[in-house]
Amino acid sequence: MDLYRVEDRRLLTGHGTFLDDLSTVPNVHHAAILRSPYPHARIRNIDASKALAMEGVDAVLTGRDVAKMSRPFASALPRQAAYYSLAVDKARFVGEPIAVVVAKDRYLAEDALALIDVDYEQLPAVVDPEQAVIDPDAPILHEDVGTNVALHRTLRYGDPEEAFRQADVVVKRRLRFPKYGSTPLETFGVVAAWNAAEDTLTIWSNFHGPFSMHPVVAQALGIPSNKLRFIVPGDIGGGFGIKTSIYPYLALIGLASRFSGVPVKWIEDRQENLMASSSGTDRVSEVELAAANDGTILGVRMKIYDNVGGYFRPPEPGCTFRPLGNYVGGYSFRNLDVDAYIVFTNKSLTGPNRGYGCPHLYFGLERVVDEMAHKLGLDPAEVRRRNLIPKAAFPYRTPTGGLYDAGDYEACLDTLLETADYEGLRRMQADARQHGRLVGIGFAFGVDPSVSNMGYVDIAATPEERKRRRPKSGATQGTTIQVDDLGKVTVEISTTPQGQSHETMVRRHIAQELGIPEVDITVISGMDTATRSWTIPSGSYSSRFASIGISSAVVTARKVLEKLGRIAAHQLEADPSDVEYVDGNFRVKGAPERSLAFRHAAGIAHWDPASLPPGTDPGIYVTHFHTMPTALPPDDEDRVNSSNTYGFMADLCLVEVDRETGEVEVKKYWGVHDSGVILDHKIAEGQIQGSFVHGLGGAMYEEMAYDEDGAFLTGTFMDYLCPTFLEVPPLETRYVETPSPFTVLGSKGIGESATETVPACIANAVTDALRPLGIEVNELPVTPTKVWNWLQQAQSEA
Amino acid sequence: MAEMRTGHLEDALFEAREIACTVNGKLYRAMAEPRRLLSDFIREDLDLKGTHVGCEHGVCGACTILFNGQPARSCLMFAVQADGAEIVTVEGLARSPQQLTRLQESFSQEHALQCGYCTPGMLISATALLSENPSPTDSEVRHAMAGQLCRCTGYEQIVRAVLAAADSDGKGGEGGNHA
Repeated sequence: MDLYRVEDRRLLTGHGTFLDDLSTVPNVHHAAILRSPYPHARIRNIDASKALAMEGVDAVLTGRDVAKMSRPFASALPRQAAYYSLAVDKARFVGEPIAVVVAKDRYLAEDALALIDVDYEQLPAVVDPEQAVIDPDAPILHEDVGTNVALHRTLRYGDPEEAFRQADVVVKRRLRFPKYGSTPLETFGVVAAWNAAEDTLTIWSNFHGPFSMHPVVAQALGIPSNKLRFIVPGDIGGGFGIKTSIYPYLALIGLASRFSGVPVKWIEDRQENLMASSSGTDRVSEVELAAANDGTILGVRMKIYDNVGGYFRPPEPGCTFRPLGNYVGGYSFRNLDVDAYIVFTNKSLTGPNRGYGCPHLYFGLERVVDEMAHKLGLDPAEVRRRNLIPKAAFPYRTPTGGLYDAGDYEACLDTLLETADYEGLRRMQADARQHGRLVGIGFAFGVDPSVSNMGYVDIAATPEERKRRRPKSGATQGTTIQVDDLGKVTVEISTTPQGQSHETMVRRHIAQELGIPEVDITVISGMDTATRSWTIPSGSYSSRFASIGISSAVVTARKVLEKLGRIAAHQLEADPSDVEYVDGNFRVKGAPERSLAFRHAAGIAHWDPASLPPGTDPGIYVTHFHTMPTALPPDDEDRVNSSNTYGFMADLCLVEVDRETGEVEVKKYWGVHDSGVILDHKIAEGQIQGSFVHGLGGAMYEEMAYDEDGAFLTGTFMDYLCPTFLEVPPLETRYVETPSPFTVLGSKGIGESATETVPACIANAVTDALRPLGIEVNELPVTPTKVWNWLQQAQSEA
Repeated sequence: MAEMRTGHLEDALFEAREIACTVNGKLYRAMAEPRRLLSDFIREDLDLKGTHVGCEHGVCGACTILFNGQPARSCLMFAVQADGAEIVTVEGLARSPQQLTRLQESFSQEHALQCGYCTPGMLISATALLSENPSPTDSEVRHAMAGQLCRCTGYEQIVRAVLAAADSDGKGGEGGNHA
């Protein structure tokens, strides 16, 4: 029986190849990492002598060694707030790596951790990003910076002052967005082998890109980049952006191998993962919206405190600036004021997490849109309709520099209202309220950016600072296709997939392009930077596959066919323009008997170079790097097209709150997506469903929680609550398919979509449910405890 | 800890013992330290890499195996507990990679797996469910599988796959509804 995906057979039978399944090199030893139990502490001394005396222990690496053997990771903060792979002078969050034990096996390495004596001087901690900035008594994390503000940027587009002057109504809300992460089920894993004879470092890991981190690690280690080899297996057990932030461990385990003289393996355990791998930022913000009486949005002001934790780890400040081009969402207002603080606190570090910055963005924007509608007594759906960017306006340049490729936002809204029977829902709500039930309906709309532009990271710098640097741009993805002498095809992709079905989709589309059966094509995923084609933006992140990944594969196949066509034309003694390709055969137009099969044309390239047309290289081995001409550096007005294709989501949900327990039940959720041409509805639905549940987790269950002294509270899956089979409400999805003019197949990314709007949608729905009690949801997750407390407070005030 | 290894009692704790167990129909004899986790034993000592480890504290269910016919979390057991036991791992479900079980086929057809990391535990857990309850309801599937985390799929497609393999419409068949 044919399976739906080419990946499935190996994964269903236990024959996948994940990092911890690899046979790498002989004599691999194991690392265990000692981590700080304190949120903020000076490291006075580390005594590892007892651990070193233990049988089976090879070495103990400390911050002192790391500071000697490596440099801080490069970031937007050139010389300050040095970030190394181990704590050097101070520990700045619970779980920060303090020392690494290398031992014969993992059990012994973990035993030895208990024998390391660290003399800490505890320091006061701060965990709230706003407090870290405005409280004069807040402890300073990095003395050389002198403040907890890692970066501060003010950005101004249009004329926000005038917009607020002209407003009939202004609403302003203070919002708190929680710290959570997608916690892929496979944790980080690294094997590093330092080869002293050749001065090379080979690192196997489940890193999924961007490969811009390769030069970052090479520079930190002070080794030439072509002596550093990254190898990634074909199967990665989930990523969702989190595994971008594995790179400090690539450096750390690389150093451990160099230091101990043996190959070293480290598999992160779940407690380490929850306390110290990566998450999105927690954000405190004030969002203010100016509108006319008819609900037209005139302008928005945002004050943002984004909490990046103890150190500034690139690609931060992406959480703040990756969505910059789509800061206005799907709305046509032109005036925007952004005051953004990227802040150090004693929490763990942040980075890309599904939706990277967009759940935060739309939580703020969509909450104030709803409050504006409420204040004006208008329907939240109609207020949104009034402000949507019209279909005729595409491609649409946003005030912040985004170039929205295509979309029919109003059709999404119409489809949403019809599918959900909005009027019927409102009637049902009115009836339920009559019976004292707390039923709510919420909306959230958002623009889903895909294929980030490498240029956006430079928004961290001012236009003046940028003038002194070389610019960054582009969103390149590469594919290599080889056709062997029998016409069989091997494709190497550089998208390091983690479950998104890239092998299936590439095989299907290359088969279509080459006119050959899918079984004649083998797709190789994974990566080897020493032997395969890659470039800075390679990898899977920012939903780039369905936009740039598949475009790259299709264009590469076309180049292969073009070369084979030239070979065939020469063989057939015809002009290439007179040769057509039909059913796997090149043939002369009008003379179908003069034909050459695909595999014979390929055979000539390998077996008979003498028969190739002049100027044609032997072999069929084509690499094509595809980029987006729209991925330009920021301009002098801080405008940047931070992504390259932009989808749209229109979401609606129905909730009911239990007065007695505070529990929120999402009764049904509807989402309409315009993500261009959908390449495969079954796979797209899987992506949407998965991203929906990640959004649900952030809205209702998941939080990497700390107490006010910086102690970490959610170190196991008993405390950090991922949704299970029992928590997932019914989701109904519809599509509006407006083709993207910027991609080869008209498709665009979809894997992050729902996760960006679900938190805002649930917050709006619960607010709607609690409106009769005067309760608003301006912080997440909406746990029963939180809601119960609000209900008690409302009752006591009533 | 190293300091503990001085006394005779402590030595015994670290002394490997021989165990014998049947895994996927094959008898294995191997040495295992008393503290060695069954999940590590299966993956490292028996080299059966299909059993995945996701949390090592018994919550995520990725490491679920059939232990004497019952689903069990191999990360919460010691290898020595498997002495004399009959174990089935994901590698033992299909007769060969070309001859999948109906459940495995329906997982593929319903797109019930993305990265595939949780899939071995899902398959084992669903296999155990279907052997006890051949036509479960939608709700029975969710309750039986609630101890298995998946971070990719959002679960719906897994429920569909289990129901499809059960020849069940999700409303419970005759005699199959234990709700």
